[in-house]
Amino acid sequence: MASSEVARQLQNDNCRPLSLSGHVGFDSLPDQLVNKSVNQGFCFNILCIGETGIGKSTLIDTLFNTSFDDRVSTHFQPNVRLRAQTYELQESNVRLKLTIVNTVGFGDQINKEDSYQPIVDYIDAQFEAYLQEELKIKRSLYNYHDTRIHVCLYFISPTGHSLKTLDLLTMKNLDSKVNIIPVIAKADTISKTELQKFKIKLMSELVSNGVQIYQFPTDDETISKINATMNGHLPFAVVGSMEEMKIGNKMVKARQYPWGIVQVENENHCDFVKLREMLICTNMEDLREQTHARHYELYRRCKLEEMGFRDTGPENKPVRVPLLKGYTDSKKSISHSHASVESLQETYEAKRHEFFGELQRKEEEMRQMFVQRVKEKEAILKEAERELQAKFEHLKRLHQEERMKLEEKRKLLEDDMIAFNKRKAATELLQAQAFASTPSVSLKKDKDRKNFM
Amino acid sequence: DDKEYVGFATLPNQVHRKSVKKGFDFTLMVAGESGLGKSTLVNSLFLTDMYRDRKLLSAEERITQTVEITKHVVDIEEKGIKLRLTIVDTPGFGDAVNNTECWKPVADYIDQQFEQYFRDESGLNRKNIQDNRVHCCLYFISPFGHGLRPLDVEFMRALHQRVNIVPILAKADTLTPSEVERKKSKIREEIEHYGIRIYQFPECDSDEDEDFKLQDQALKESIPFAVIGSNTVVEAKGRRVRGRLYPWGIVEVENPAHCDFVKLRTMLVKTHMQDLKDVTRETHYENYRAQCIQSMTRMVVKERNR
Repeated sequence: MASSEVARQLQNDNCRPLSLSGHVGFDSLPDQLVNKSVNQGFCFNILCIGETGIGKSTLIDTLFNTSFDDRVSTHFQPNVRLRAQTYELQESNVRLKLTIVNTVGFGDQINKEDSYQPIVDYIDAQFEAYLQEELKIKRSLYNYHDTRIHVCLYFISPTGHSLKTLDLLTMKNLDSKVNIIPVIAKADTISKTELQKFKIKLMSELVSNGVQIYQFPTDDETISKINATMNGHLPFAVVGSMEEMKIGNKMVKARQYPWGIVQVENENHCDFVKLREMLICTNMEDLREQTHARHYELYRRCKLEEMGFRDTGPENKPVRVPLLKGYTDSKKSISHSHASVESLQETYEAKRHEFFGELQRKEEEMRQMFVQRVKEKEAILKEAERELQAKFEHLKRLHQEERMKLEEKRKLLEDDMIAFNKRKAATELLQAQAFASTPSVSLKKDKDRKNFM
Repeated sequence: DDKEYVGFATLPNQVHRKSVKKGFDFTLMVAGESGLGKSTLVNSLFLTDMYRDRKLLSAEERITQTVEITKHVVDIEEKGIKLRLTIVDTPGFGDAVNNTECWKPVADYIDQQFEQYFRDESGLNRKNIQDNRVHCCLYFISPFGHGLRPLDVEFMRALHQRVNIVPILAKADTLTPSEVERKKSKIREEIEHYGIRIYQFPECDSDEDEDFKLQDQALKESIPFAVIGSNTVVEAKGRRVRGRLYPWGIVEVENPAHCDFVKLRTMLVKTHMQDLKDVTRETHYENYRAQCIQSMTRMVVKERNR
């Protein structure tokens, strides 16, 4: 780690080398470390970004020599999602917890302006989860299942021309968050000469657009030579296949065409072996380290600065040395880190207070508004009620008046009827009297009457 | 018998003679994302190098590029038959980050040719009408996915009533024979599912011989044509062929066991070129013309009623 070298520099000022007069035994320290980590098990997270059908799952299957997941996706997803799956693998006595994250629906939409966003969000979410754990009072970082993405395999479509616009856009948004290793997918469609030109074009496009891809480290002499060579072969042109064919007297992974057989592990045919060597055998640990020491630290710093934290030393001046885990011994560093922790804690408390106060204020505001609204509503309802009442009264009155009018009319009619009856009675009386004074007529009438009766 | 003989049996010969004198023309459109081998295929089809001096844009330049329509016109001759070939290209199609309605410039171009022909046909002097109507559109489908993509469906649906669409499965040397079969049937299924009307080969007459019928049937079942193109000649088994040289073998473009290139060329040039032109004239153009007239009359009626 570069930072431990800085620490060592600080120590060199008051430190002198001593020679030993016998074998002490601390040369077993690396072994102790290795034993511990083997017991703990390792964790590795790969993110595969590429168009639907470009061969992401097949390549991962081929790399780890296991059939992980069979699902075939459709091209008609409305947006880009990520699908993560975790597997426990074991090779000799080494246990690996491997998480594979694949994009689903990448590159299928007609408008791809937002395609990179879900990926950025996912990576940030893993960083955030780790940060939350790190900030806890009671933490369990040593049992924590680290989901941060250690490497991103970006699958480039083998057009033979250049990067696609989506590739450029996506990689630009990811290069400061994750180690990107670009690979040329389905490379058995590109001939040797075309491949050379294609690789050169791709790398020059990446460079001219300032995209930082992962470089295999060349600071360790034991692997610097091989890493440097491999850096020159990027992007790796890969072919994946889980189908086996008999070549000579061995079963090899291959793809059979009418015009020949492409052997996955033949270095003449494609760069698969190089990728496996670099990704898994040589640099897996460095990828994990870079993720933690560079990408995660950047995320953490940005996030904390956003929240208002500042690094301040005992004189309240900003401090250059960032807070890193694993610092030991140096008094200066302790005081610095101590101060930082204090200010961190203080600022945290202050922020908490502030937020709490803000929360209360907002609650009060809401309550006031609520009460106000209720009052207004009440007033409106009351008014409506009043109007209704008034209408009702008015109608009632009208009804009364109608009734009275009718009453009067009825009375008149009744009086009329009485008068009419009286006249009728009077007329009948007169008629009867007229009868009595004319007998003969009445006899006849009597006879008639008798006959009638 | 002399009185039975009239002489019009020579008509076909007369037609033949006149057509040779007049010469032929054909307009072919190629469409699809860049990097699918369209230019290479056109060169292979017509055995010329049409794209010698073209400049390809970089990814950065393509982010905001709009779709262009470019034309290359060449005169080629074979055994006394002259063909004026127009290739219409659509650089930029599907290349931007946001490809909403990127099919529109293509559809507009086709309509413009129809419109121009319509105007010329209705004009007074019809001696030298230039026919720039597009007779066939080869649409390139990517072999790296699982079948059709949303953009493919949109494009074909927007154009299937304007031009004869022949779908092509591009860069087929990335697929093993079983993968080719699977993709072809998937694509045919999807074409049916989305209601896309691609160019239909005419049914052969019942009095054609069995060989021809079988060939015709095989042709229909090859859609989409899985093609490979090449700009280079390589040495294979002592012969010089157009092909692609790999460390594991040589792909021969004209080998029917390797790809459908020969089928496509036969269909496009040897057997169905005239039919493609006829369908364009009799169906697509007539539809356009009828629609045009109808909308014009509707406008006139509206004006009158105002």
